[in-house]
Amino acid sequence: MTRKQRRLTLIGAAGATLAIALGLVLWAMSDTIVFFRAPSQVVSEGVAPGVRFRLGGLVEAGSVERHGDQVTTFAVGDGGGTVTVRYRGLLPDLFREGQGVVTEGRLDATGLFVADTVLARHDENYMPREVADALKENGLWQHDGPAVRPAAARDLPITTPTQ
Amino acid sequence: MLIEAGHFALALALGLSVVQFLVPIWGARTNDATLMSVGPPAAIGVFALILFSFGVLSFAYATSDFSLANVVANSHSQKPFVYKLTGVWGNHEGSMLLWILILALFGALVAVARNAVPPKLRANTIAMQGLVTIAFLLFLLITSNPFERISPAPFEGQDLNPFLQDPGLAIHPPLLYIGYVGFSITFAFAMAALIEGKIDAVWARAVRPWTLTAWGFLTLGIAMGSYWAYYELGWGGWWFWDPVENASLMPWLAGTALIHSTVVMEKRDALKVWTILLAILTFSLSLLGTFLVRSGVLTSVHAFAVDPDRGLFILGILVFFIGGSLALFAWRAPMLKQGGIFAPVSREGALVLNNLFISTACATVFIGTLYPLALESLTGAKISVGAPFFNATFLPIAVPLLLLLPFGQVIAWKRGDVAGITSRLYVAAGLAILATVAVYAVTLGGPALAPLGIGLGVFLVLGAFNEVATRAWQSGSGGVALAAKRALGLPRSTWGTVLAHAGMGVTVVGVAATAWSVERIVSMNPGDVQTIAGYEARLEGVFPRTLHNYNEDVARFTLLDDGREVAQLETMKRIYPARGMSTTEAGLETFGFSQVYISFGEIQPDGSLGVRLYYKPWILLIWIGSVIMALGAALALTDRRYRVGAPVRAKGGPRGSGSSTRRPAATSAVPAE
Repeated sequence: MTRKQRRLTLIGAAGATLAIALGLVLWAMSDTIVFFRAPSQVVSEGVAPGVRFRLGGLVEAGSVERHGDQVTTFAVGDGGGTVTVRYRGLLPDLFREGQGVVTEGRLDATGLFVADTVLARHDENYMPREVADALKENGLWQHDGPAVRPAAARDLPITTPTQ
Repeated sequence: MLIEAGHFALALALGLSVVQFLVPIWGARTNDATLMSVGPPAAIGVFALILFSFGVLSFAYATSDFSLANVVANSHSQKPFVYKLTGVWGNHEGSMLLWILILALFGALVAVARNAVPPKLRANTIAMQGLVTIAFLLFLLITSNPFERISPAPFEGQDLNPFLQDPGLAIHPPLLYIGYVGFSITFAFAMAALIEGKIDAVWARAVRPWTLTAWGFLTLGIAMGSYWAYYELGWGGWWFWDPVENASLMPWLAGTALIHSTVVMEKRDALKVWTILLAILTFSLSLLGTFLVRSGVLTSVHAFAVDPDRGLFILGILVFFIGGSLALFAWRAPMLKQGGIFAPVSREGALVLNNLFISTACATVFIGTLYPLALESLTGAKISVGAPFFNATFLPIAVPLLLLLPFGQVIAWKRGDVAGITSRLYVAAGLAILATVAVYAVTLGGPALAPLGIGLGVFLVLGAFNEVATRAWQSGSGGVALAAKRALGLPRSTWGTVLAHAGMGVTVVGVAATAWSVERIVSMNPGDVQTIAGYEARLEGVFPRTLHNYNEDVARFTLLDDGREVAQLETMKRIYPARGMSTTEAGLETFGFSQVYISFGEIQPDGSLGVRLYYKPWILLIWIGSVIMALGAALALTDRRYRVGAPVRAKGGPRGSGSSTRRPAATSAVPAE
């Protein structure tokens, strides 16, 4: 093989690999990406049942109900709407009424959000950035003090075996 | 007073690093040996000053000096002593100081290293390391001074984030930083080569030990972080494709590619331009990781409380170094002399393929990590890119790479033949297929793909040792004893390769085995027994306990195997009053490489407990494999040719290189890889 042919082989191999990778990325982008939605968006715009998305807002006071077998239901709201969430599994350490929460799952046919993941907060002042933004839009944000550190904790998926 | 001395030492270090940058680079330019000789003592001086400063901060933490704002925000007088010390780097300012300390350490190590580096290359490298140190010292002094005083001093600190009060904090960040920051020296070498316009096998040999060191530590750091997350977060995951994890994975991937491309450069004087580019990219990815973690663009336990100035400053540093180095690269790279040519089917070809695959895999991680950030800042749409994305993009690239790995390891330099390679690997491949079938048969009805993963891991381990076997055996007859002797006589870098590749195999087996992990979520009352993968767990009771700076509820379990008691384990829910935070401490019991993992959620009003029980078969192999990889790097580091200056004649040159990779006389002086 001449130098030129070898170079062409190399460029061909690199091109092919990159093309495959690009194809995979584009395909995965259309398929695996999960959008964040606030309760008000879900209520006003509607989301088709079965579409996976993240729902974030405040856990409404007095809405947490335990049904045995580790099933919990609670309402997530942001001032512009409320969505009821059903989750089976252990709730994260800092899950509390009146606090911010991000869950991931799908709406069922009745409009109930069946979550398989509840993202844990790991700082007492932590407010998920998405939730903070949604609350600001609805005028519910009251935490603009230095104590709020929107980036100080990590979203940790707490998943159930159904995943 | 001492505190001010620590602060002042940082300022002095900044001044001295300006000297470290300017004088040697000027000396190299004007061929002035005296000026160049200023570099090493300056680098050592900078290190000593920063070490002093770091010592002062540690002292302030050890003695709970609450006149320091940093100590107040991150410490507590009741905190166990070891966490007071590790708390030094459990915050933004302190960890940045550790970052710079390691930066200066590498500069000083290059200054004292005894291996033969041409004087100009050494001078320029030390100068470039000085430049990086200047940038980060400025960052520290201007935006993140760890020695800021507070008046009046409070009586008590606000405590450290409870998640960080763990032995993991003592180990994970230092290891990770040595890895991350270690690549700065490779970057400095690349810059020096570009400034000088000269790059050759000598350069590759000078850089390789540093790349191996950084890579080995980064491997350990990532593995340690993964294990920490696994036991601390209470839900048994070991890798989350979290942006922060990806930020450490990207330099690791680029560094892995770099290690392989420098081999080609050292042995065959080829891939020069690409290697330089990789060295730049690897450190750029390290910088990117630093930016992601410290700028507040990410939401993560690793992300420190941030103000926007810091993010902007780091972005500036990022743009300066990445932009500057790439500009220098674009300007100088065309002047570098191109190296030799080689056939597509050859060791060089295999290593090129390796680089191609690894960089592509790295690019997919890059896209998956940064796309959501880019999308949000451009359109405001909030998305999350998680495991499904990376499983669909990263794995299809990584798996073929791993499948081809054992072939690459046995293929000859310059020109290999496919038939020869295959004939040397059929035993390993056959055994791997056998293992796959056996695992499949034993676990019939279980996960379908996982046995293939196990087979792949087995193939990697066997393929790695295959090189030793063939080289020991093919050198002629003489029985097992002679073969063993010959195997032990192989260069340590060969053994390093074998260990690193085998370690990868072990990790792959561990990852594949997670497919069989069992998870149960149940309600339990004291006295209840639940089964998990053949074991029975009996909840003995729940009781409160107060220790150090936290209160905890302890759930005690007895683990039984066929009614026989095998272990007692405790899982805790801790409340740290100083921060009002709670953490979960998982109870772990190890059986061989497998673990039973128990954690609990809330205590219900009726006294019952929400409990998670896991059985994680072979999970420890994931981290053991990583440790083996790092050991491989360490072993390769002790190879003769990195300890001694000039290329050394391999022990008994012609006799030792018994494999088919017999090299022409000119290169036979270098032991086979």
